Amino acid sequence: MAAKKRLRDNLITYGIVIALYLIMEILMKTGNLSSHLKGLLVPMTYYAIIAVALNLCVGILGELSIGHCGFMCIGAFSSAVFSKLTQNNIPTAPRFFLAFVIGIAFAALFGFLIGIPVLRLKGDYLAIVTLAFGEIIKNVINAIYFGVDSKGPHISMNNVMELGMEPDGQVVINGAMGITGTPRDANFTIAIVVLLLSLFVVLNLMNSRDGRAIMAVRDNSIAAESAGINVTRYKMMAFTISAAIAGAAGVLFSHNITSLTATSQYFGYNASIMILVYVVLGGIGNIRGSVIAAAILYLLPEMLRGLNTYRMLIYSIVLIVMMLFNWAPAAVQWRQKVAHKFIKRNA
Amino acid sequence: MKKMKSLVSVMAATALLAGTIAGCGGNASNNAASTNGESTATETAEGTASEGAASGATFKIGSIGPLTGGAAAYGLAVVNSVELAVNEINANGGINGYQVEMKGEDDELNAEKSVNAYNTLKDWGMQFLVGSTTSACSLAVSENTHEDNMFQLTPSASAADCVNYDNVFRVCFSDPNQGLASAQYIGSHKLASKVAIIYDSSDVYSSGIYQTFAQEAPNQGFEVVSAEAFTADSKTDFSVQLQKAKDAGAELLFLPIYYTEASLILTQANTMGFAPIFFGVDGMDGILTVENFDTSLAEGLMLLTPFAADATDDLTVNYVKNYQEKYGETPNQFGADAYDAVYIIKQCLEEAGATPDMSVSDLCEAVKSTIVKITASGLTSETMTWDASGEPNKEPKAVVIKDGAYVTAE
Repeated sequence: MAAKKRLRDNLITYGIVIALYLIMEILMKTGNLSSHLKGLLVPMTYYAIIAVALNLCVGILGELSIGHCGFMCIGAFSSAVFSKLTQNNIPTAPRFFLAFVIGIAFAALFGFLIGIPVLRLKGDYLAIVTLAFGEIIKNVINAIYFGVDSKGPHISMNNVMELGMEPDGQVVINGAMGITGTPRDANFTIAIVVLLLSLFVVLNLMNSRDGRAIMAVRDNSIAAESAGINVTRYKMMAFTISAAIAGAAGVLFSHNITSLTATSQYFGYNASIMILVYVVLGGIGNIRGSVIAAAILYLLPEMLRGLNTYRMLIYSIVLIVMMLFNWAPAAVQWRQKVAHKFIKRNA
Repeated sequence: MKKMKSLVSVMAATALLAGTIAGCGGNASNNAASTNGESTATETAEGTASEGAASGATFKIGSIGPLTGGAAAYGLAVVNSVELAVNEINANGGINGYQVEMKGEDDELNAEKSVNAYNTLKDWGMQFLVGSTTSACSLAVSENTHEDNMFQLTPSASAADCVNYDNVFRVCFSDPNQGLASAQYIGSHKLASKVAIIYDSSDVYSSGIYQTFAQEAPNQGFEVVSAEAFTADSKTDFSVQLQKAKDAGAELLFLPIYYTEASLILTQANTMGFAPIFFGVDGMDGILTVENFDTSLAEGLMLLTPFAADATDDLTVNYVKNYQEKYGETPNQFGADAYDAVYIIKQCLEEAGATPDMSVSDLCEAVKSTIVKITASGLTSETMTWDASGEPNKEPKAVVIKDGAYVTAE
């Protein structure tokens, strides 16, 4: 019975995503979609993906990470470097697929490496370390100069002159100027496929033996350990998967925009906290909620463009209202009362 | 409780769909609710009642820049100046007899948002883009304008890659050009043999100028004795960088940065008794307007800039006066570039005899082929020409601050 219900629940989640996709595609094909909205679809989807990734870390594993954009940054840069170098050698489809593999692999690797020291910490300490990690990634990438010429790759941490490039060489990462001219391979269909895959991974993980072990660690790590669960292993597992999915979001990010810079508005802690806001407002541990919240909260400030600068004000008011509506005890009570009446009348 | 949850999520999903669909239908209302620029434009249109206004067809110019946040000063200057220029053009009978509409959108200094802003403007019916204001944003947007073949003239995006596409031109100098021109100026005027540099390594503009400057230095017969960087996260204390420059015996300190940080550097250099020649680029314009900054410290500061707000030619005086009247601020070089950009588009359209009922792509082709033929004159230079690469050819002006005002340097 429980399994059936879970399956139905998961199908609703996939259903919402697929329905949204179909509606958007139909609107696009019939020419009813404004170009503004068309441009918003891919970013909206990758923010939903990274919200799902963060929810795995915050909601399922129960560890607060406020540096998730750091993993997104790694995924974005590693895949963009790959795409830029192989732009003329490999056809688009396999190249983009390999870019995903590389972006995800690098993000997962860093997730694993960071996880080793970090996951020994708990609560606030973990939050602080992840915050610092996100900032370090950003600053290191800002200082890297990387180029390739006939003599092979060159790397410098000082300036582009130190690379000593041959005239035929190509500077791939140019310090603060980042990577420019990444091919624009991402589109809405690919983004939705990646979103569905990450939902599939996370939802199945939740309902698996490993997922139950992870949640047991979240609920009470001492009890979990005494029941024979290898706490570190499961923490590492969840954290690495979460980083990998964030990396996938990064790949979409870097292949949707041609100028990729590691600046704070994309990968700083403000951006990470924005993702955390999506997760918290969507409901911690509620994967479907993250997707919906990310979509609404990304679209909202864009939809309010007509209000000029007032949109910032309205956006923050909406955040407060959503928070109160979701979590304030009085609002929860009122919601239950209304829902009760509603259900009674229907029955 | 479970039922409740699914109810809420269904509601949320409906709200989301409703929101997006409402967004689709938003085109029409977007046209009605626009910036002041448009409303004033229609007012003036009624006044002149030209042939174009009567038929209702207008040229539509869009502009993008950061209108909120830390860099808002740049974006606002651009959008306001475009508005100012458009109002002037309308009052004088428009372009080829047709009135001009403008609309500015905010990109929050975010390339992603800049593309969103571009798409919003496209829905509004934009035919020419004066933007984006900053390099990374302009670069991202140029990918879209190239796809749509829309003419893009960026007033102030100076990174070299910004004009890679053939439909993108710029008004300002490119970063490499500025670095090169600065190095050549210092070399040919024999200002110093030992030069120190302080630059912002986290800023595209600053590091771009630094790179070409340092590469050109050996050719110009002076030595770069210290090149120290700071980042956006640590831009209040420059004593370490200044001490290094001082210890290296620098005679000239090159500052390819914006004026806010430069004012701090000048103050701190003064405190430690370090007084080389200070040399800046166009980002330095505005240093005399910094609050609580002792402008006497800027005495003798040299800068290469295309625009100085206190120049005395009629065009600049008028522009600055009108800008101050309307927006209560002194415009900077970003605004001047944007003001010129609108007039450059006007000149091209008049030259090509274009009309607003042509498609965006046709207009782009028309302007593209005309801009390489015309010689424009404006606030930022008396003669500007372009070649197909998109780079402007104009003379950099070297000015020096004397008695609290810009004076043309010898």
